Formats: sequence, structure tokens, C-alpha cells
Amino acid sequence: MSDTILEVQDLVVDIPVSAGMLHPVQSISFKVDKGETLCIVGESGCGKSLTSLAVMNLLPKSANCTATKLSLDGEDLQSTSERRMSDIRGNKMSMIFQEPMTSLNPAYTIGNQLTEALLRHKKVSQSEARDRAIYLLEKVGITAAASRLTQYPHQLSGGLRQRVMIAMALMCGPEMIIADEPTTALDVTIQAQILHLLADLQKEFNMGMILITHDLGVVSRVADRVAVMYAGQIVETGTGKQVFENPTHPYTQGLLECIPIPGKTERGAHLGSIPGIVPSLVGDLPGCHFADRCRHVMDTCRTGTIDLSPSFEDGHVYRCVQTPEQCAANLKKGAA
Amino acid sequence: MVKYILKRLGVAFLVALTVSMITFSLIYVSGDPAVALAGEAASNEEIEHIRKSYGYDRPIPVQYMDWLGRALQGDLGRSHYLKEDISHVILTRLPNTLILAGCAIAFALTLSIPLGVAAAIRPNSLIDRFALTLAVVGQALPSFWFALIMMFFLGIQLRWLPISRVETWQGFIMPAIALGYYVTPGVMRLTRAGMLEVLQSDYIRTAKAKGLRPLTVLFKHALRNAIIPVVSLAAVQFGFMLGGSIVIESIFAINGLGFLAWETIQRGDLPMMQAIVLVLSLFYILITFLADMLNAFLDPRIRVT
Ligand SMILES: Nc1ncnc2c1ncn2[C@@H]1O[C@H](COP(=O)(O)OP(=O)(O)OP(=O)(O)O)[C@@H](O)[C@H]1O
Ligand SMILES: [Mg+2]
Repeated sequence: MSDTILEVQDLVVDIPVSAGMLHPVQSISFKVDKGETLCIVGESGCGKSLTSLAVMNLLPKSANCTATKLSLDGEDLQSTSERRMSDIRGNKMSMIFQEPMTSLNPAYTIGNQLTEALLRHKKVSQSEARDRAIYLLEKVGITAAASRLTQYPHQLSGGLRQRVMIAMALMCGPEMIIADEPTTALDVTIQAQILHLLADLQKEFNMGMILITHDLGVVSRVADRVAVMYAGQIVETGTGKQVFENPTHPYTQGLLECIPIPGKTERGAHLGSIPGIVPSLVGDLPGCHFADRCRHVMDTCRTGTIDLSPSFEDGHVYRCVQTPEQCAANLKKGAA
Repeated sequence: MVKYILKRLGVAFLVALTVSMITFSLIYVSGDPAVALAGEAASNEEIEHIRKSYGYDRPIPVQYMDWLGRALQGDLGRSHYLKEDISHVILTRLPNTLILAGCAIAFALTLSIPLGVAAAIRPNSLIDRFALTLAVVGQALPSFWFALIMMFFLGIQLRWLPISRVETWQGFIMPAIALGYYVTPGVMRLTRAGMLEVLQSDYIRTAKAKGLRPLTVLFKHALRNAIIPVVSLAAVQFGFMLGGSIVIESIFAINGLGFLAWETIQRGDLPMMQAIVLVLSLFYILITFLADMLNAFLDPRIRVT
């Protein structure tokens, strides 16, 4: 089961702003296999949304996007026409957005908006589309599904709307789904519910999934692979196990200190936080972007470019001047 | 929905009632109506006689109820000046004004909405600049002046269109343009601003993420939402056109309500004036009500709670 569904290599997004050129995404590469979940984590503003919008070819008009490779199921997405791209969107690859409250059109019923994509992409009748909508609404845990079809978005709560958005993304049976912080705007009590629902559906329909979330607890449970982003770059990536057991980059280490891990973190233990703020992404940033906030910063951190280098195991890479052993030692020191 | 309609109807009714009271009191704003009717040289007895025979000696609420009751039956009284039934005069003049205002708003909307949409799709493009120029020029040109310019070129120089006395539909073209163009800038700017905002919205991004065709995104998802405030503005403007066509009707010698109002003011024919104000106000209320209904149809947040 290692057929690649989505492959991204050296994705770069630049946006001209009044202060100069913004580099929110700098040479990002990742791969998602069929039926695999890639979790992207990282602080607000590090370029997660722009990365996913770039994959969907939905970036704002002002943004420039380049990549050495961007392919879905072997099909090159960079050279495809906008027409072909629109055949793919919502069909083979769909996306769930951060803002359920505003992501549905207030003027149309849930049913209308659910069936729309299916009617656009597949040769189905109205009633078949309706049946599929009801089936999926039930799948995402909405009761009285049939009667919901005639309701309008403003009649639903945020959680229900996000469930509708998930059902909508699944209408055409996509092979790849991108969920961009699907729970950030929701009540804390239902955040985990929705994330687990997504993970279950991903398994059930065997889709490739990119899940962007701040909930590291959920990441540790659902991620096949994890990519940690910081200031427009991937600073560490590997399997979920590798990243959680041997966090190598100081930023990853800092992130993991910020969350309690059930069974590991003792009650009343001090939870860390990373001091400082994300640097401005306007203009060139030499060296390590995390240098200003790193506890272990050295002179060599601030010059040249720092590439991703292999950590302890195969497939686990990180972006730091120190060796994996030094990093691991730092983590022990920090914890002591 | 039913509740909403009833509520709007109730409001419309109350407004109409208030308007009728204000209109009725018009008779008294310019002083004693009996004195006005009797003329300057009248003696006290003559004035008293007129006061009695016209019923101006009764208490004002009684007079109002009496006037309202007859107005509801379509009897708006007689014009002292024209010696004709007022409702008859109004009914013969009303169609011209309705056609004129209808053509004018149709002209304004068919020009301004597509322009506004096009300008919003490509902000700062050539078409956006053209639309902006048109808006600035449109707002700066007084409509009577624009009407005269048109008359001069299209009517007198080129002889394409008749310049006055509407006998055929061609006669309505210039007046409708002259009356409607003034509304175009406002509607266009509002359409453009609304579309710009809606096109930035999350649900448009969702629509694109579903792979919908650009035209579906633009018309089904964007315009439907952007047009809602435009409906209200167009309704207000349409109301203004009904009453505000005085200038245009005078210039093109169209026998409409506006022209009648102008004649009536010059003659000081108060009951006629009163009737014109009442009829125009009622139309205004009707248009506002219809606009509310249209908006409720377009925006389920109004209709479904
Ligand atoms: N249209 C735009 N024009 C200019 N700058 C933008 C635009 N969109 C995003 N940015 C900037 O690009 C950077 C990355 O944005 P992005 O939305 O990808 O962050 P994110 O990682 O998704 O953050 P969050 O967790 O808050 O969603 C941010 O600094 C943001 O301000
Ligand atoms: Mg985001």
C-alpha cells in the first residue's frame, strides 16, 4: 500500500506585499500515499493553509506558486488547464476549510450545496445525488439527515456545519482529502469528535489525507506521517512514531513539551511554552528560522542554508545544524 | 415566511395610515382652506358659506375620516380648478409615469448590474475604470442638462428619436434614459462593492473547491448574495423616479403625474396636490413592500428562522 497519491516537491509560494516579497512557503516537499494520513503541524502563520491552497490551485490571485513537482495520482497538476483542474477539485481531491461558519453559502439549502458537486462531476440523477447526500450526512453523524437537506446553513450550529462540510467533501468519493484545521473554530468539546470522525472516514474510504491541526494529541493517534512546519519550511518530518518518540528539531521538541501526553505526563507537571514570535517572512531569511527562539542557538545557526538531514531512522529528517545525538542530548538536558 | 409577510404588511399599513394623515393635513398647512378657496375679494359671509358647503366647519378628525372613507372608495374629490374628478385625472396621467419610471429603472439596472459585476471580476481593469468614469460623470451631470444634450443630438441633429409628446414607444427612449441614467452610478457602485466582498468570501472558495464552473460560481453563488442590497436601493430609486420625473416629464412634455404635479403646484390646486402626494406615497409603500418580499425570497436568513 505505498502507491503515492499526492506528491509535492519544492513548493514555493511568494506573495508581493507592500513591505517587499513575502515568502510564506519555501521549498516544501512531501508525499502522501493512498490511504495514508499526513499531519501538518505548526504555529499560526507558518504557511500551512497556503500550502494546501497551492495544492488545490486555489491561491489568491496575487500569489506566485512554483514547484518542481506537483502531482496527483501521477497526473501533473502544474501543467493542467484550469478546466481540467476544476474537474479534479471536489471530485478526485477535495478540501475542508478552517471556517465552517462562513464556508457554506447562506442562500442555498444544505441539500442543494451537497448535491451540487456530485451533479457537476458525475452522471447521476437528482434523486441519486440526494440519496448519497443522506447517506453521507448519516455517515458524519447527523441525525434526521433527510430533513436537514431542506435546511439552510444559518439553522445549523458550527459543529453541524463542519460535519456538512465533511460530507460535502466526500460526495464524489475523493482519493485525496485536505482538511485545514477543520476544528479550530469549533467548541473544544467537539473538536476531538470531529477529528476522530475524519480519521475513521479516511480509513473507511481509504483516502489519502492531509490533516492540518494544532491538536498534537490527535496527531499522535491518527498520523501515519507528520510534517512539522515552522516559518514557511518543514523543519522535521517522519512517521508519527519517529517524530513523537525521537523529536529531533528543537522546535518539535518545544511543541511536544507544550502538550500533556496521556500516560506520560504526570499530573501537575509543568507544561512548556516556546517564548518569542515567528519571524517576519518578508525578504530573505538566512540560516535557521527558529534561531531567535532556540535555547541551543549557536553562531553557525545564523548563516547559509540549513538543509534537511537524516535523523536516527530512515525517512525521519530534520533541519538543524546539530547532530541527532546532540539534539537528543539537548532534550534530556532541557527536561532535567 | 407567513409571519414575515404579515409583519411587513402591518408595517406597510401603518406607514400608509401615517401618510394619509399627513397628506390630509396638507389642506391646512397653507392656512384656512375656505379663505383660499373663496379668493382675495371674498366677504366674510362668502367665506363662511364656502366653509359650510365644503364641510370645513366640522371637527378635523371627522373631516379626516370622511376624506379617508371616500378615498378608500376611489373618490379623491373634485379639482376646484379643472372641474373634474381627481381620480379620473390621476388615472389618465398615471400610466405614462409608470411606463416612464419602469423603462428608466429597467434601463438603469440592465446597464449598471452587468457593469458592476464586470468591474468586480477585474478590479482596476479597463472595464472597471470605464465604469468608474461613467459613475463620476453620471453623478456630476444634472439630469435636465443630460436630457437637453440628448435632445439636441439624437432628436434635432440626427433626428433619430422624437423630442416630445409621446405617441409611440420611441418617444419613451430618451426620457427613460435621461431619468434612469442618474440612478446607474449608485446601483453600479453597490453591485461592484457587493460582488467584490462576496467574491472574497469563504463560501466562494468552497464553491471553487468543489470544482464548479466559473459561471456557476459567479452567478449562482456570488451574484445571488451580492444583489440583495441592490434590490433595496433599486426600490428606493424607483420610488424617487415616480415622484421625481417632474423635470423629465416637463422637458419631454409627457403627460404624466410629474407634469401634472408641476401644473398643479402652479395653479395652487390643493386637493389635486393632496391626491398626487397620496398616490405617489402609496406606490412608494407598495414598491418597498415588494422589494422586501423579493429580498426575503433571495435571502433565506430573512425568510426562515
Ligand atoms: N493573501 C495573502 N496576502 C498576503 N499575505 C498572506 C495572504 N495569505 C496568507 N498570508 C500570509 O502568509 C503567511 C502564512 O499564512 P497561512 O494562512 O498559510 O498560515 P497558517 O499556517 O495556515 O496559519 P493558521 O494556523 O493561522 O491558519 C501568514 O503570515 C499570512 O499572514
Ligand atoms: Mg490556516
